[in-house]
Amino acid sequence: MSVLLEVDRVTKAWGGVVANREVSLEVTEGGIVGLIGPNGSGKTTLFGSICGAHPIDAGAIRFRGEDISTLRTDAIARRGLVRTFQTTRIYAEMSCVQNMLISAPNRDEGILDMFRRFPAEQREHADDLLQFVGLYDKRRLLAGDLSFGQRKLLEFAMALMNEPTLLLLDEPTAGINPTLINSLIDRLKRANAERGVTLFVIEHNMRVIMALARHIYCLAHGELLASGPPEAVRGDQRVIDAYLGAH
Amino acid sequence: MKGGAGNVALLAVAVALPFIFPTYQAQLAFLLVMVLFAMTWDMQGGQMGYNSFGNVVFFGVGMYACIAVQVGLVFPLSEYTAPGGTKVFTFTDTQFMRGLALGMVAGGLAAVALAATLGAAILGLRGHYFAIGTLGLGIAAGEIAGGIPIIGAGKGIVPPIFPDSFGSRERFFYFVFLALTVLAFVTFKWLYRGRFGLALNAIRDDEDKAEAMGLRTTRYKTVAWCVSALFLGLMGGGVGILIGFVDPRNTAFAAGTFGVWMVLMAILGGKGTIWGPVIGAVVFHVFREFFWTYLFGWQRVALGLLIVVIVVFFPTGIVGWVRKRWPERFGRRIESAAGE
Repeated sequence: MSVLLEVDRVTKAWGGVVANREVSLEVTEGGIVGLIGPNGSGKTTLFGSICGAHPIDAGAIRFRGEDISTLRTDAIARRGLVRTFQTTRIYAEMSCVQNMLISAPNRDEGILDMFRRFPAEQREHADDLLQFVGLYDKRRLLAGDLSFGQRKLLEFAMALMNEPTLLLLDEPTAGINPTLINSLIDRLKRANAERGVTLFVIEHNMRVIMALARHIYCLAHGELLASGPPEAVRGDQRVIDAYLGAH
Repeated sequence: MKGGAGNVALLAVAVALPFIFPTYQAQLAFLLVMVLFAMTWDMQGGQMGYNSFGNVVFFGVGMYACIAVQVGLVFPLSEYTAPGGTKVFTFTDTQFMRGLALGMVAGGLAAVALAATLGAAILGLRGHYFAIGTLGLGIAAGEIAGGIPIIGAGKGIVPPIFPDSFGSRERFFYFVFLALTVLAFVTFKWLYRGRFGLALNAIRDDEDKAEAMGLRTTRYKTVAWCVSALFLGLMGGGVGILIGFVDPRNTAFAAGTFGVWMVLMAILGGKGTIWGPVIGAVVFHVFREFFWTYLFGWQRVALGLLIVVIVVFFPTGIVGWVRKRWPERFGRRIESAAGE
């Protein structure tokens, strides 16, 4: 398996607070990789750095061998690296179908393509994906009228609609009830297996990340603390100490 | 199509109006100007979520460009605007009409060029910052135009006189503006239906998300501004001749009146909808004419009260209120998979 994403000694400071210090990690193609760590350990900052939400202070981020650390967010997304947000971001005043349609891939969009109608197969694909996450009945409702959990599912479906190579998920199960969590795990796994989407997941819920990831990185105080297969990381004394606050 | 018949009927009424109410032709022509103001503003303020107070700049640029072309094709512009001139400038019918046609097109193109240039600089601002920035734009444009002697500077410029042989000036421009309004309406409706419209809505709802999904947001925003600018620029020249006098601060770059009215009308009717700005412009214009006729002396107070009532009781506008009241009529309903 080839390396899809390579984070190479990335440092990012917010004022005097170093959120990421020389963090290095790799995501291989076709895998499901987890990123864990206590609150404030710099997980979301790292995601932001990878997606070009803010410039990094030092290091390099390579996606398929190309340095993307100076590219703009939308240019990175068009290369097939898409993220979802911890706070769940959807287009609230648009219907679910519209949310899906505008998320269709736009890699080679020219000036004239801006004025195109949506082809029938894109509409069908949007309906299929809404079916896939169980929101088909609600597809004509405004996205802002959905419950929190449903919004998470919609955001996930929108990300899939974009046909990413690598999908970064920031706490996909936060605030979702346990029943829905199980079906979400199932869908994440299916997206990975059936659609070939590589997943890189931030998650606090240990049960979820153990069930999902094949490789886990753990951050603490902005530095990479441990990495390895789920079982090994879970048993690592340093990880346990970091979560329980021992120093 | 059900909506088609209604639209045709409405168009027929619009065509007949100046013949039914010949004394109101000037008001009717201005009503269409207001509709175009509200519709073009709504593309930024409603569909895209960028509250622009600077759209009036494109209108003013179109107005000046049209006069400059119309005069410049026949006489040297500097002679025409020379202070204290006693020379009489007369235009033949052909000179006038050819100048008007080319001038309006030039106005539209100048406005588009300006929108593309300004867009690159100012569309990076968001929310209130964009609103304040564009407010400055409108005021600055008036001051700049007031300092350029070749276009009449602060004393303004008198456009070429509309020739008598074409009948009523008001009726002529009513139909020019009607054609522009219909063209704008059809264009906007078509744009909003496809990718372009949804992209603008996505930018309005969450621009960071739209960027994170790979949308070329800057390009969409700039093109949208150019579309609005095109129609405002095209219309500007016509309005200049209809009014008969162009003052830089009160006619061309009237940020305090036209610039604010276009915002109010779109909000009153329901921003972000295709019919909202049209309805808002009609209601606003009718009320304004009533206040100026029957409440003279208190007309500005009445207009101010109307604005307060709009903002407090109809924050989502007339169409927005209707849509919230009956969401199912607008297709916002739960559908079962079996029902399809």
